[in-house]
Amino acid sequence: MEIVVLLKQVPATESNIGIGDDGVSAKTDNVKWIISPYDEFAVEEAIRIKEKQGGSVTILSAGAEKAADAIRTALAMGADKGVLITDPAIQSCDGLGIAKILAGALKSMSYDLIIAGQRAVDDDNYLVGTAVAEFLNIPSISFVVKQEIADKKIRCQRTVEGGTVTVESPLPILFTTQRGLNEPRYASMQGIMKAKKKPIDKKSLKDIGMADAGKPLTKIIRLTFPPQRKAGQIIDGESAQAKAAALVKALHEQAKVI
Amino acid sequence: MTVLAIAEQSQGGFRKVTYEALSQGRVIADHLGCDLVALVLGAGVKEIASELAKYGADKILVADAPELAEYLIDSYTNVMTDIIGKVCPGVVVMGASTRGKDISARLAARLNAALVMDCVSARFDGQNLIATRPMYGGKIYADVMPEGNLKILALRPNSAPMVQSPKAGAVESVPVNLGKTCVTFIEKTMDAAKTELTEADVIVSGGAGMGSANFGILEELAALLNGAVGASRSAVDQGFRPHSDQVGQTGKVVSPNLYIACGISGAIQHLAGMSSSKVIVAINKDPEAAIFSKADYGVVGDVFELVPAITAEVRKIRG
Ligand SMILES: Cc1cc2nc3c(=O)[nH]c(=O)nc-3n(C[C@H](O)[C@H](O)[C@H](O)COP(=O)(O)OP(=O)(O)OC[C@H]3O[C@@H](n4cnc5c(N)ncnc54)[C@H](O)[C@@H]3O)c2cc1C
Ligand SMILES: Nc1ncnc2c1ncn2[C@@H]1O[C@H](COP(=O)(O)O)[C@@H](O)[C@H]1O
Repeated sequence: MEIVVLLKQVPATESNIGIGDDGVSAKTDNVKWIISPYDEFAVEEAIRIKEKQGGSVTILSAGAEKAADAIRTALAMGADKGVLITDPAIQSCDGLGIAKILAGALKSMSYDLIIAGQRAVDDDNYLVGTAVAEFLNIPSISFVVKQEIADKKIRCQRTVEGGTVTVESPLPILFTTQRGLNEPRYASMQGIMKAKKKPIDKKSLKDIGMADAGKPLTKIIRLTFPPQRKAGQIIDGESAQAKAAALVKALHEQAKVI
Repeated sequence: MTVLAIAEQSQGGFRKVTYEALSQGRVIADHLGCDLVALVLGAGVKEIASELAKYGADKILVADAPELAEYLIDSYTNVMTDIIGKVCPGVVVMGASTRGKDISARLAARLNAALVMDCVSARFDGQNLIATRPMYGGKIYADVMPEGNLKILALRPNSAPMVQSPKAGAVESVPVNLGKTCVTFIEKTMDAAKTELTEADVIVSGGAGMGSANFGILEELAALLNGAVGASRSAVDQGFRPHSDQVGQTGKVVSPNLYIACGISGAIQHLAGMSSSKVIVAINKDPEAAIFSKADYGVVGDVFELVPAITAEVRKIRG
């Protein structure tokens, strides 16, 4: 089983994100960079499938040079090799543009299964995985909490509002991860040592046969901080009953939500 | 030019986000001075389709076929692509439900359309359509301008207002071309009794402070308020609640009218899932808990004393 994981390096979820001077780009100086949590589920699942069925796990990422660190972490967890598409043109891509680039790179790679995160926790786009599948003309299954592969077919349980749905598809396929799929492992000391010798292939857009990144269809015209909440009100009272009564009164008469 | 709103049916009716998408679609169509066309896919959905006229559909297209009984990405994308090709909308609006996120991504790639995913509002600046969407778990909001001949807006559930504006809404059946499909339906397991978190008007959430899987007091309050019960990751990791109840960066992103956080400290990853709630109440015994700085109303105290007392007070005003 040849598995490719689409992995994005993102600011750690506890990071403070600022707004750049241009007003349209996020300021991420001094943040810690991590593998997007849903991509970590993808790496873990890929390694588990490999451990059971054999094969190899390739990590594919598009981003800045430093994204190699995130790939290296995945290699330390147990993936076999990495491919990093890095090119100044990637900066100005929107989600569909990134998906085109990843699909472009995948055209010269072999895969039975591609695993992506449901969303990257920086742009929260919920788009790239499914769009990659479309560009490769293969099926996709999103929000997967459980999968089973047999006879070149995959059966996936996916979460939907109020329950789960199980679907099946022949391979190759792309699926996206949902929390509950697995608990990602930590890289062991041995894994970290081994990862140093594993290859990361760096490629430009030209290397994967793309002249440019295309024109983005969506443009961020302004970033703002979310509307500030008015300073909260602490409800005081002599007893739990008194506090409860004051809260319910405020919710009923002031906020009018109950 | 038309605006197309995609309806999402479930269990014999339409999801609430359908009406939100229609209402938003109506505003856009009025600005552009064009018709709003609604599209319903499913099996046996013709009867309920006329319901969509109430929220501003000038025309309602129904793609009804037994094969569309269950949502499957291939068949749904194929049928929608076919219909979009015929209707030629300039803007497509749908809910960013699980299904909406799936299909909008696939459609955008197939049709080379500009997609604004999970947006919380949309407006016009002159002729330019601009949609606002949270990024970085809600730490930043982006105004996004989609460009090109086809723009798709996927609206975060519970964000756009539902506005009734009855229109003629003639129902018309359209031919169904399923096309090539790979994904097949095996089974589904639904918890019919449960209110879906992303659609709930009220959420009562419990964290590690609940101390055990006994969420009975939260369930009671939630039921009284017609709401749903959510949980922090800590509560889920300790096995108090299923993953599907988790709110946050690696859980559900919710926008209820009222979010009551009980025994939740307010970690940034939790806030990422609920900071767009309209009114936030925090109940925590630690006056220094971070959640208080994000709450509209804070109550310092023990959840096990406060929540039953709140339930009793709500009962009083409900008579
Ligand atoms: C990559 C990543 C993703 C994450 N994703 C999520 C996510 O999606 N959702 C999420 O929630 N977290 C997420 N987390 C975890 C997050 O960082 C916090 O650990 C978690 O939210 C803490 O949960 P909690 O508030 O229930 O527990 P705690 O932080 O332990 O807080 C418990 C609170 O309960 C209060 N308390 C205790 N007893 C009582 C009582 N009797 N009455 C009143 N108050 C009481 C305490 O004062 C305390 O404030 C993520 C973390 C990481 C690193
Ligand atoms: N630059 C990238 N490089 C590799 N994979 C990516 C990249 N951007 C997004 N992805 C993949 O697509 C998923 C969804 O991302 P998004 O659509 O940006 O929310 C992520 O979880 C990754 O698996």
